[in-house]
Amino acid sequence: MVRHVIAPVDELPPGTRKFLTIDERPIAIFNIKGEFFGLLNRCPHQGAALCEGPLIGLAQSSDPGEIEYTRLGEILRCPWHGWEFDIRTGQSYCDPKRFRAKAYPVNVEPGSAVVKGPYVAETLAVSVESDYVVVDL
Amino acid sequence: MNIQFRDRPEQAPAASVKTAIADCDIHPARAMPTELYPYLAKRWHEHLQTYGKHAYQGMMEGPPYPKAQPNASRRDAYPPEGGPQGSSLSFMQKQLLDPNNVALGVLNPLQTGQGLRNQDLAAALATAINDWQIEKWTARDSRLKGSIVVANEDGRAAAAEIRKRAGDKNFVQVLLLSRNVEPLGQRRYWPIYEAAQEIGLPVGVHAFGFGGNPITASGWPSYYIEEMVGHSQCQQTALASIVLEGVFERYPKLKMVMIEAGFGWAPSLAWRLDRNFERLHSEVPHLKRKPSEYIRDHIWWTTQPMEDPERRDHLFELIEWIGWDKLLFATDYPHWDYDDPSRVLPAGVSDANREAFYLGNAKKLYGIS
Repeated sequence: MVRHVIAPVDELPPGTRKFLTIDERPIAIFNIKGEFFGLLNRCPHQGAALCEGPLIGLAQSSDPGEIEYTRLGEILRCPWHGWEFDIRTGQSYCDPKRFRAKAYPVNVEPGSAVVKGPYVAETLAVSVESDYVVVDL
Repeated sequence: MNIQFRDRPEQAPAASVKTAIADCDIHPARAMPTELYPYLAKRWHEHLQTYGKHAYQGMMEGPPYPKAQPNASRRDAYPPEGGPQGSSLSFMQKQLLDPNNVALGVLNPLQTGQGLRNQDLAAALATAINDWQIEKWTARDSRLKGSIVVANEDGRAAAAEIRKRAGDKNFVQVLLLSRNVEPLGQRRYWPIYEAAQEIGLPVGVHAFGFGGNPITASGWPSYYIEEMVGHSQCQQTALASIVLEGVFERYPKLKMVMIEAGFGWAPSLAWRLDRNFERLHSEVPHLKRKPSEYIRDHIWWTTQPMEDPERRDHLFELIEWIGWDKLLFATDYPHWDYDDPSRVLPAGVSDANREAFYLGNAKKLYGIS
């Protein structure tokens, strides 16, 4: 597993997402209410750029006529066919057994840890005062 | 330890297709309603601004049901220069035609005003949209071919528009929609079939339209998902009508394309028609052959939406009945239910059938060398 330093935390405020290519893989990092999540930017169904879709909630029904709408902003909806994925796990709500979006763990590390390594940020001017978003690949 | 990334990259399209394909259902859009004005007489500019368009049903704004994505389209298909999805040729080339190696793209403009109560306006809009297809699309990219849009409820005006385009290589088919005032085999539509046969182009019947009838046979449903499956029900009604009214007896060289309504239902519809035809033949003595024979000889099918059964042998059995020579690949770009050419056909298809499916059948049907 290789760790990649993505950005200072300040550059990814809550509600934003950042698209990257890491080792030829298209990846998107989301900040949802201060929590960070990473997903492969490719829908496992037909290959759309999954992470360009809207973040919605989870509509569930225990009985006909009873609708519960929860987890607002935590469900990613594919921009093509509308397949829904849990941004925390990559789980599909359409066909969980067959399809799963590839999820990557994302952490926030203090600048001092990033500089001291073993994780060196080659393409960022790292200042040790900041915290950095780091993705494990 | 190598840490690298590019900021907000131009992500390569997920699919890249090696061999050339045809895409038999592409929807070009107007960047704005006034884009048609250069092709319309001044009289109609004022008419549209004063009175608007009146369809055969309510819902003055927008389609009968809100669609799953904005403009019923892929969210990644907005052109960078602005405008709705499907309104930019350069972006369509970049997102669809080039990466997917599309050698032939058939345009099917929707929401054109085909079925309006004001038939003169419908005819004027049909002519305008056809001129617009040439100038904005087919003249600028030789891969693209248009469909002749006609004022479908006015058979005489429609036939005149079709004959006007005879021999024009910008067009490869005549376009009808599945929802009309009457089932499509009715006599009011015969002039369309007569003219299409005369100029040697197939008639495509695309799902959708504003016919004034509820979108299911038993009324207006609650959900968009019901409209989606209702398209195949509507198409079955249209096809049964076309066969039983004797359209193919009257116009034996006519070819038709069922667009965007699936094809999995074709065998069962044909079986039911045949079974009833055995018993009720005397009601329709103008039919000289079994209904299934007309269907198999005269009907082509576009693939989007492609049937997707759990077992692929079920899909192959369906196609065996229809014929590998009758399927036309389509993406439905830029619409949200887009099919990706690299993902749509399961493994286990012979090279010859694969080539026919993706390109050969379309080139043959549409007369593209």
